[in-house]
Amino acid sequence: MRGLDLDYMLGLVPVILSYVPLTLAMAAAAMVLALILAVALAVERVIRVPVLDGLVLLFISFFRGTPLLVQLFLFYYGLPQVMSFLTAIDGVTAAVMGLTLHFAAYMAETIRAAITGVDRSQWEAAQSVGMTQAQMMRRVILPQAARIAAPTLVNYFIDMIKGTSLAFTLGVTEMMGATQKEAAGSFLYFEAFLVVAILYWIMVEGLSQAQKRLEIFLNRAYAR
Amino acid sequence: MIRIEGLTKRFGATTVLDGIDLQIGRGERVVVIGPSGTGKSTLLRCVNFLDRPDAGRISIGAISVDAARAGRADILALRRATAFVFQNYGLFANRSALGNIMEALVTVQKRPRAEAEARAREILSETGLADKADSYPASLSGGQQQRVGIGRAMAIGADLMLFDEPTSALDPEWVGEVLDLMRSVAQTRQTMLIVTHEMRFAREIADRVVFMDGGRIVEQGPPARIFDAPRDARLRRFLARVSG
Repeated sequence: MRGLDLDYMLGLVPVILSYVPLTLAMAAAAMVLALILAVALAVERVIRVPVLDGLVLLFISFFRGTPLLVQLFLFYYGLPQVMSFLTAIDGVTAAVMGLTLHFAAYMAETIRAAITGVDRSQWEAAQSVGMTQAQMMRRVILPQAARIAAPTLVNYFIDMIKGTSLAFTLGVTEMMGATQKEAAGSFLYFEAFLVVAILYWIMVEGLSQAQKRLEIFLNRAYAR
Repeated sequence: MIRIEGLTKRFGATTVLDGIDLQIGRGERVVVIGPSGTGKSTLLRCVNFLDRPDAGRISIGAISVDAARAGRADILALRRATAFVFQNYGLFANRSALGNIMEALVTVQKRPRAEAEARAREILSETGLADKADSYPASLSGGQQQRVGIGRAMAIGADLMLFDEPTSALDPEWVGEVLDLMRSVAQTRQTMLIVTHEMRFAREIADRVVFMDGGRIVEQGPPARIFDAPRDARLRRFLARVSG
């Protein structure tokens, strides 16, 4: 048993912190793209376009049924061998793509359940005033589904932030990659990984606070 | 002029509407009465295609839709010529009272926001809810919600307003204010097709009362004739029952 090298840990904090923007940027980009894709997939699952429906089900099944790490390797190391135009893809892009597709599959199911959870009276009210299907979704159903889905979607965002750490296996120097390099130089593995763990933890805690505020905001119309 | 011909609706093996023929003149107020489960609500819902009729033709002004062949555009045209007031209010839960009334004006009728809002505020004052403009449905009483629901239907300026038991879900204390609002809508010579169990109100407001039983129109006529000199035995039995 040896004591912790606190000076080393404190010195490491700003080094790792300088990679927080990259981590957050990857997570945010993947979240935005995944949300867009997931809404599209979910709406399809609700209205069920023939043929397309089967493809959507296959997509969701595959990306939920295989590990994220396997998907990332498949994209970054595997696909360029069979599709040469993908060789130019860098680790960050591959990671964002992988996170997007993986989490879109999960979020699509959450959003689909939220859409079907919107009360039937809301669908009928929208139809009765002559809205098209698209208007009904955009103006009435999706805003209400958002409130139902929000807590789960924020949880996926949290998962996604932590998931960006896998990008280091694609050679990306983000928080985890930087820590790994530092630790390899100092051999102080415990200190280095403890610091990065705490930094992830703080980020996620901050997000949980934001989640509470988001939920209050989304619930404002429903308070009695 | 509104013309409903041979309107038929089946749910599985049950025929809920059995070839309904009904004409409603401009500005006419028609009240549909009858025992529960005789297809009164289904009639209204079929006119608006909330339930898709299996056969028949619905014509409102220049729009004429064959139920069996109605496509998406036909259904939209029909819905845009009608306005629906729901038993359970059916307000958009994510919009304020003002937003509920504005919504169709902006989204469906593509009117400029400012114009839609001005119109919606006018209607809120007419319905006595000017101070509730920014309240969401969840914070309104049942009576207030239904007045917003009627206001939303008024705003659309539809050729035909459909009322599906608008007071049936209300606590007794709120029924009066909703009926009062319907009276003032009636004074504008709005064409109205109303399903209600409020017999006194029906007698007072209707130009014509239609009695339905078993998915058919059994008897119809001016309220005094229907209520004071009913001919069909089923109507007499029904009236005896509801007058307690």
